[in-house]
This record gives sequence, structure tokens and C-alpha cells, in this order.
Amino acid sequence: MPALCRDCLTEFESGARCPACRSPRVLSHPELFDLSIAHMDCDAFYASVEKRQNPELADKPVIIGGGRRGVVSTACYIARIKGVRSAMPMFQALKLCPEAVVIKPRGALYAQVSKQIRAMMDELTPVVEPLSLDEAFLDMTGTARLHGAPPAVMLARLVKRMQDELGLTGSIGLSHNKFLAKVASDLDKPRGFSVIGQAETEAFLAPKPVRLIWGVGAAGQAALEKAGIRTFGDLRRWDRTDLHARFGSMGDRLWHLARGQDRRRISAHAPIKSISHETTFFEDTANPDLLDGHIWRLSEKIADRAKARALAGRVIVLKLKRANHRLLTRRLSLREPTQLADRIYRTARELLDGVGDEGPYRLIGVGLADLSPADGADSSGDLLDPQARTRAAAERATDAIRARFGKDAIAKGRALR
Amino acid sequence: MKISIERATLLKAVGQAQSVVERRNTIPILANVLIEADGDTVSFRATDLDIEVVDKVNAMIERPGATTVSAVTLHEIVRKLPDGALVVLTDGAATGRLTVEAGRSNFSLATLPREDFPVMASSEYSSNFSAPAPVLRRLFDKSKFAISTEETRYYLNGVYMHVATGEGGQVLRCVATDGHRLARIDAPLPQGAETMPGVIVPRKTVGELRKLLDDDDTQIAVSVSETKVRFATPEITLTSKVIDGSFPDYTRVIPQGNTRKLEVDAAEFARAVDRVATVSSERSRAVKLALDEDRMVLSVNAPDAGAAEEELAVAYGDEKLEIGFNAKYLLEIASQVDRENAVFLFNSSGDPTLMREGNDESAVYVVMPMRV
Repeated sequence: MPALCRDCLTEFESGARCPACRSPRVLSHPELFDLSIAHMDCDAFYASVEKRQNPELADKPVIIGGGRRGVVSTACYIARIKGVRSAMPMFQALKLCPEAVVIKPRGALYAQVSKQIRAMMDELTPVVEPLSLDEAFLDMTGTARLHGAPPAVMLARLVKRMQDELGLTGSIGLSHNKFLAKVASDLDKPRGFSVIGQAETEAFLAPKPVRLIWGVGAAGQAALEKAGIRTFGDLRRWDRTDLHARFGSMGDRLWHLARGQDRRRISAHAPIKSISHETTFFEDTANPDLLDGHIWRLSEKIADRAKARALAGRVIVLKLKRANHRLLTRRLSLREPTQLADRIYRTARELLDGVGDEGPYRLIGVGLADLSPADGADSSGDLLDPQARTRAAAERATDAIRARFGKDAIAKGRALR
Repeated sequence: MKISIERATLLKAVGQAQSVVERRNTIPILANVLIEADGDTVSFRATDLDIEVVDKVNAMIERPGATTVSAVTLHEIVRKLPDGALVVLTDGAATGRLTVEAGRSNFSLATLPREDFPVMASSEYSSNFSAPAPVLRRLFDKSKFAISTEETRYYLNGVYMHVATGEGGQVLRCVATDGHRLARIDAPLPQGAETMPGVIVPRKTVGELRKLLDDDDTQIAVSVSETKVRFATPEITLTSKVIDGSFPDYTRVIPQGNTRKLEVDAAEFARAVDRVATVSSERSRAVKLALDEDRMVLSVNAPDAGAAEEELAVAYGDEKLEIGFNAKYLLEIASQVDRENAVFLFNSSGDPTLMREGNDESAVYVVMPMRV
């Protein structure tokens, strides 16, 4: 069986230790040198970056997240031992780990480090699809000749380089499609390297719970459980047409995934599908004026991003999280795409007015979806709203003023609410 | 129940029923048509809880009775039967099935009890009048293209039918708009309609109503209340809820002071718009009209796809004007003109434009320009 030493990158024919450096970090798998679809996921990325910046934190539990009301965005592995997890409310995390050092996320810093990692990945293959700052898919198909080494070796070299040059660790999943590569990278974190081959795919998946599937959350899991589906094995027993009848287009996806099939390509230029922003309040609120101010500020942020990328969207989404964490989402399709804060705001306001719920809420979010190039967007007026044109012109003028005199040069009174 | 009925008659009645039932619904009985046989007529009734259609046809009734069966399935079966076939429908009370026999074909369909079928509550109509089919056909055909599909302003998802004061006194008026274009169509006020409350007739109802209006000689009995509207021929009765909302004040949308007048052959204009719009496949493509002394240049410029230009001889005597419109909207209003020249009245390139047929004020269209 082909084997690889993850420390000195020696290739050899199986064995528990590397014949060259005697390291026990040996990777061996029958298909090791044949697989080429990989997922790289940094280990506790934000926390690791913070620890690298400030060595005093090295042996302390570190949590990255916003304020007492926010949620944990990343916890280092020391904090994780105490039970802290990402997406956990901060107060709960601090109850589990009171001695933790809480750091507010420093987006610009992480983005800068992410760029360095990206540059390293770009040296391996032109087909890198980033999922976020700290994880990406790599399609290494056909690169073996170029590098003079199979993908597995190059990937092991990548994480070694990240550790040597950037002081960060990452985990690799290597398989024959995106779904399995992502599942694999999560198998023995941190500093992991897992391989799922063609031959073992079905046996590997059978006992696994269906929540491994991206897009199957609590609700999806409940729906599947109702149908008696807990594991991939359960899913395998279902007929394709039955799955389709019960779950629609998702049923087709499930049928394929149950067999470990995933035909999505890795694409270096995945188009942006939506733009959204959200705010968690310091205190739960149902105050309409406060919510109004938040909607306006979020709408402006979205419009700024849409304008910067010359995009316009046709669907406006409003997201509210109630004090009991129940999520309410409302969406509305416009007749024509927009990139104007005014239209996003007005539509989101209408959604809020029609939400039929008193609150209080702990979070509000606004999103713009169904994006298309902005060319021609917002060019026709509204017969029934003659002021719309004037407001649009005012917004464009505001943008021009800000471009010249800075972001705070001019603002709506509404933004101060 | 046992009835014999001619295929063509049955097809028409079931066809009407199946177009009313919602394809996707969670209440099984709403997918069914209620068949009631009594005396020498059979009635076919279908509803989506907002619209109800009842079609009464003559048939040979051996045994009266009633049942409900899937409208779509029955329609498919009858559609596939040979022309001229005699269809026998028998309701087996014991089996709970409806058998459909025609020649050597034999079908047995699951039924649901007629008691479960929701029948729309009858209501008091405050106004009853009668109008010739061609009059209603014109009112709705010329306005329905402007009905909005937007969910936000649900009160625009229909045609606003009401009594108004037109050029020569009171008129029956239909208005539809989606905020980008507006159609206002007038007809002489039928006797008895004077007290009619204004109602917004939903888009689906307008579509169903159209099927009642094909025959020029039919008189349509119209009944209107604050919440419902009913259109009836001797055979078919269409009852519909109206949209619960108030239609915006459209009168202030119709420009009064537009003085720049353009007259153009509507068909020629529509063809030219269609041709130049070909170069761009965008959803909202703009056609630019450049007007000068008796001359109009239509052009489309799509940076990625290409450009097109066409010149048209027109009657125009005002100062130069450049104005852009959505190609689809222009095509739609131009295609409403069928007898005379299209007359456009412009103000500036940012203001709504008015269009009518010759000097006929009984059909007026407004369209919002685009920035180009």
C-alpha cells in the first residue's frame, strides 16, 4: 500500500513509521496517489492567528467573538476542551470557560493572512475555490506531472509550509469529490490528513448521520428522521423516485450523496450569490425606531457592496432572530433588480411591517439575492411612486460626495436612529 | 348517478373546471370537480376557494346523483377519447368509484364525498347589469397586460373595474398598472351599473372570464358586491372574490400636460422596436427613441452584445427629444392599437409618456421611460 511521511514527505511502501525519519505521522491508503480533489481547512484559524501575533496567548484558552451578546466565531483548541464551540452564545461559552481570553475579530488581519495561504494554494493548482477566509477546495487533477509528485504529497507539503512559514496548522481532506473531501478534512482535526477512496466510499458513509450533508440542518434532519432516515445507510435504501417525490430536488441530491456521488465542480470563479449583513443587538429589542435604523444601516452596507461590484439583486431577504433564538425569514422578489439602499430599505421595511410578530428580537439581518450584473438596474421609474427617482438621484449624489469627502461626509438622519 | 354525455360537451365543461383547480394544493377535495345530475342537466363545479366556476350542460340522465372526482384526471381521459364518442359516467355508491365508459375504454376513478366539497357562500350583490361579450372582452383584453405580478403591491394584481366619468359622461372603466405602465379602458356604462362599487378583479379571474367572452352574441350577466363579482352566461357562472385592498388613485398618474405629439403607424413601429431589440437579450432592455422633425431613430446599444438602429418616418413637429423605454413595454402597448395610428404624447425624457389610438380617449396607456 502506498504510504507517505507527513513530516519529511518520503514516499514508501507501507509501514507504521517513516523509514527515513522514523516519524509515526504516516499516511497510507491504497488510493493515496490516485485522488486529486482536496479540501483544506485551517485549524481554529482566527484564534491561531491571534496566538501567533501574541505568543503570550499560546497556552491560554482564546475565544474570538463579539461582546457578551454575540456568538463564538472561533475557539482555540484549549477552549474547545472546555466544551466551547463555534456559534455558541458568548455568555454560555464564558460559563464553560471563564478564564478564556475573548478577542474581538480583526477581519483585516485575518484577510491578510488568508491571502498568504491563498498564494501558497495557487502554486499547487489554478483551480482553488475558497469557501471562506480559512478553507478552500483544490482540484489537483492533472498536476502530478507538473509538480513531479502526486496531489497527496503536494498537499502534505502545503500544510507543512503553512506551519513553517506562517505558524498556522490546517487539515486536509482528500477524496474523489467535493462532498467527501469536505467530510474527510473534518475527520481528524487538528493537523489532520484524511483520505476517502472510491472503494471504501459506501462502507464509510453507511453508518454516518445525514447531518454531514451540507444544507441539512436541524429542520432538514427532522424531516429526514420523520421518514426514518438517520444515516446514509437508511438513505441508501430509498428509491430515487420516492426521494424525489418526498423531498423534491433535494431528494435527487440526497440520492446521489447517499452513494457518495457529488458532481459539483470546483470552480475558481464562483459567482457571488447573495450579499447580506446582520447585527446582534446589545439588548433584545422590539422598538420599531431602533429596528428601522438598523435596517437602513444594513441596507446601506449591502448597497455599498453591490455598487462596488456592479451587481444588482432582485430578491430582498429580511432575517430576524427572536429572543428565544427562533429564526424568522421573509423574502420578496422585486420586478427589477436593484442596487439602491433606498429600495432595499423600503422593501425590507415592508417585510418587517408584515412579519406578524411582536418581537423582541436579538438579531436583525438584511440580504440581497438573485444577483445579476447591475447594467440597466434601477433605470425605470415607478408611476405610482413619483418620488422614487428623486430619492435614487439623491442616493447617487450621496455616493459621489462620500467618494470625494469620505464616508462620514453625509448621512441620513435615519442612520442615527 | 348515471349519465350519458357527448364527449365535446363534457370536454368543454371539464376543461373549464380543471383550469380553475389549483395544481398544487394541500386539500385533496379542491383538486376535484363536483358533478351533479338532476332533471336533464348536469352541472360541473370547481373551485380554488377564491374562484368558483359552474358549467351546466344538457345530458341524458338515467339516474340523478352527485359525486366528486379529480378534475385533471377526468379532463385528461376525456381529452384522449375519440371525437364524437358518447361517454357514460356511473357513480357506484358501494365501490366509491366513478366509472367512465366510452366505446371499449373503461376507467374507474377514486371519488370523494360530495358533502365535503366546499360551495362558495352566495352573497347579496348590490349591482346587477348585463353587458355584451365584445364590450367586456375589449375592457379586459386591452388592460390585462398591465396587471402587476409583484407580491408587494397585491392590490395591483388585478384589473380595477369601476364607474368613472369619461369624455361623454359616465363610463364603465377598467384600469390596470404595475407601476411601469398603465392601461385605462372605457366602455359605455350599461344600464343598472351606475351604483356598482369599484372592485379589483384578480388576474386569474380575468383569465377564466376570457373563456366566457368568445361568442359575440352572448350577453353576460354581471353582478358585483364589495367582496365578490359574478359573470354568467346561460351555461357558465363564474364567481370570484375580489382583491381586498384599495386601488391607488391612478388619475394623478395620467399626465395631463404632455404636449409633444408623435403620430406613427403602430404596426410598423412595433416591428421596428422588435427588430432593434433583438441585439440584446437582457431582461430589461432599453430602446432609445430619438425624435426630430418628422423623423424617429430607434436604437439599442448593448455593450456586450451589439448595437442596432432603424429610422422611421413619423409625424412629429416639436423640438428634438431623446427618450428610452423598456422594449417589452413598448411592444405591448403598441400591439393594443389596431385601427388607427398610435399617438404618443411626451413631456421630457424623465416623465411618463401617454399613448392612445388616434384621438380615441376611451383607451389610454401610460408608460414610464427608462434612463438611457
